[in-house]
Amino acid sequence: MQVKQISVFLENKAGRLSEVTAVLAETGINIRALSVADTSDFGVLRLIVNDNQKALETLKNNGFSVGITDVVAVEVPDKPGGLHLILDLLHRAQINVEYMYAFVQQSGNNAVMIFRFDHIDEAITLLQENGLTVVEGSKVYAL
Amino acid sequence: MIYDIEFETLPREALSAIQLRRLRATLERVYATVPFYRKRFEEAGITPNDIHSLEDFQRFPFTTKQDLRDNYPFGMFAVPMDNVVRIHASSGTTGQPTVVGYTARDINTWSVLMARALTAGGAGRRDIIHNAYGYGLFTGGLGVHYGAEKLGASVIPVSGGNTKRQIIIMRDFGPTILTATPSYALHLAEEAEEMGVSFQNLKFKYGIFGAEPWSEQMRQEIERKLHLKAVDIYGLSEIIGPGVAAECHEAQNGLHIFEDHFIPEIIDPATGNVLPYGETGELVFTSITKEAFPIIRYRTRDITTLNPEPCICGRTLVRMKKVSGRTDDMLIIRGVNVFPSQIESVLMEIEGIEPHYQLVVDRVDNLDTLTVLVEISDRSFSDEVKVLQQLERKISFSIKEYLGVSARVKLVEPKAIARSQGKAVRVIDNRKI
Repeated sequence: MQVKQISVFLENKAGRLSEVTAVLAETGINIRALSVADTSDFGVLRLIVNDNQKALETLKNNGFSVGITDVVAVEVPDKPGGLHLILDLLHRAQINVEYMYAFVQQSGNNAVMIFRFDHIDEAITLLQENGLTVVEGSKVYAL
Repeated sequence: MIYDIEFETLPREALSAIQLRRLRATLERVYATVPFYRKRFEEAGITPNDIHSLEDFQRFPFTTKQDLRDNYPFGMFAVPMDNVVRIHASSGTTGQPTVVGYTARDINTWSVLMARALTAGGAGRRDIIHNAYGYGLFTGGLGVHYGAEKLGASVIPVSGGNTKRQIIIMRDFGPTILTATPSYALHLAEEAEEMGVSFQNLKFKYGIFGAEPWSEQMRQEIERKLHLKAVDIYGLSEIIGPGVAAECHEAQNGLHIFEDHFIPEIIDPATGNVLPYGETGELVFTSITKEAFPIIRYRTRDITTLNPEPCICGRTLVRMKKVSGRTDDMLIIRGVNVFPSQIESVLMEIEGIEPHYQLVVDRVDNLDTLTVLVEISDRSFSDEVKVLQQLERKISFSIKEYLGVSARVKLVEPKAIARSQGKAVRVIDNRKI
């Protein structure tokens, strides 16, 4: 049920992010979701793309430091308290969210959020047991 | 194997007798032919006749890099130009280059010493030597080349640079010995990986690396990545070039100095006093067989220790420890002495860190700051910013703990630090002092 996420190390300097997008554009890779976390020196770009293997290879060949991580895509009810419900569940089960970000596309009437958990399998089970929809990788890449 | 079994295994008394005889002859010759030395000896109130034992030699004055610059280009030559068959020069990155000359006999001496060094490093006449030291004014390339031919090995004079072509040659020609600077060896490993060539499938057995200081951890890194046994070689053009001292592959524990041609001393760099065996200080060399460019008590600025203990390889020649730094690339940061090699050792202790780093020193509001740039690698990268920040803090903490100096650590992208084809640029000192 996990989703693969590509992460890229970026120095904080002008034009670096656009070099990544240029490389991906040239190879015809579509970015489905992204987030950037940054410090004063460097940033980490996280991407959900339609073709992980190709993105990984292309970025590596262009000299980037690239990682691949398992994350979870969860459908979040698109109404007040929708996200809170999920975070509250996780908090009570003592599962930490390392980071999260939103997906651009909706899945039906629900929003989709990407989560990075410290205990991924437990998190998936917990969410499913509580009636939440965890979206499969193949569906996410095609959203 | 030992190339020159007689001279490399001499009993100490026999060696000392040879040294004293050759030293006296060299002192007499420079006194007679090089005005610089005559003047210096006279200023010190001594003549070559005052030498009765090797201890007497401590009264003779030192020669420094500045002396060579002051006598640029040929002022230190001890023979007429007619007898000089080769000229080499240092790069002169920090000032005027230093120029050295060789007679035909000097070239032969050098070739023999390099044949000894290559043999100590595991090479023999059946080997193919991939020589990636630069050919030209730099002594590295031609030094190894002549030694390899003297030994009877097959030498590929590939020189430095054009790394992709080097990998193809390695793959197709099947060389068994690699000679290069250690930083270039690692660069070759990276490039090979990118080209999908595995060193595991190449035929290398030994690598003979030198021309820049490198740590024991870097040796392990090279051995792991290049699948060969890595030995150290030492030399400098002022003395003869590579082949002043060489590590044996049997022990990999210090470099045997060819003492029948060069007399080593370790001195306290501050006082100039000679230190006993085992103590760390600046290495000083005197050449005792060279014709065109003899040199007396030359201060190398390299920091090391001499070890007279017998070696398992059978050589009786004294061993110098791997050079741990130089008196001139020693950085003084807020009063703390820092050698780049020490930072390298700290980095190599940390899991996942590659030895690609650069030290940047600045002076902000009259206070020295040290920034250590460290390249991220696939092994050390994480999608979590906090993990990367922890890594920066860990490196910074280790530097503080081991060296006593505060450093700001900055992770940079792979290949962000310029890879030189020859010597790596480890330090950028922006201080205006």
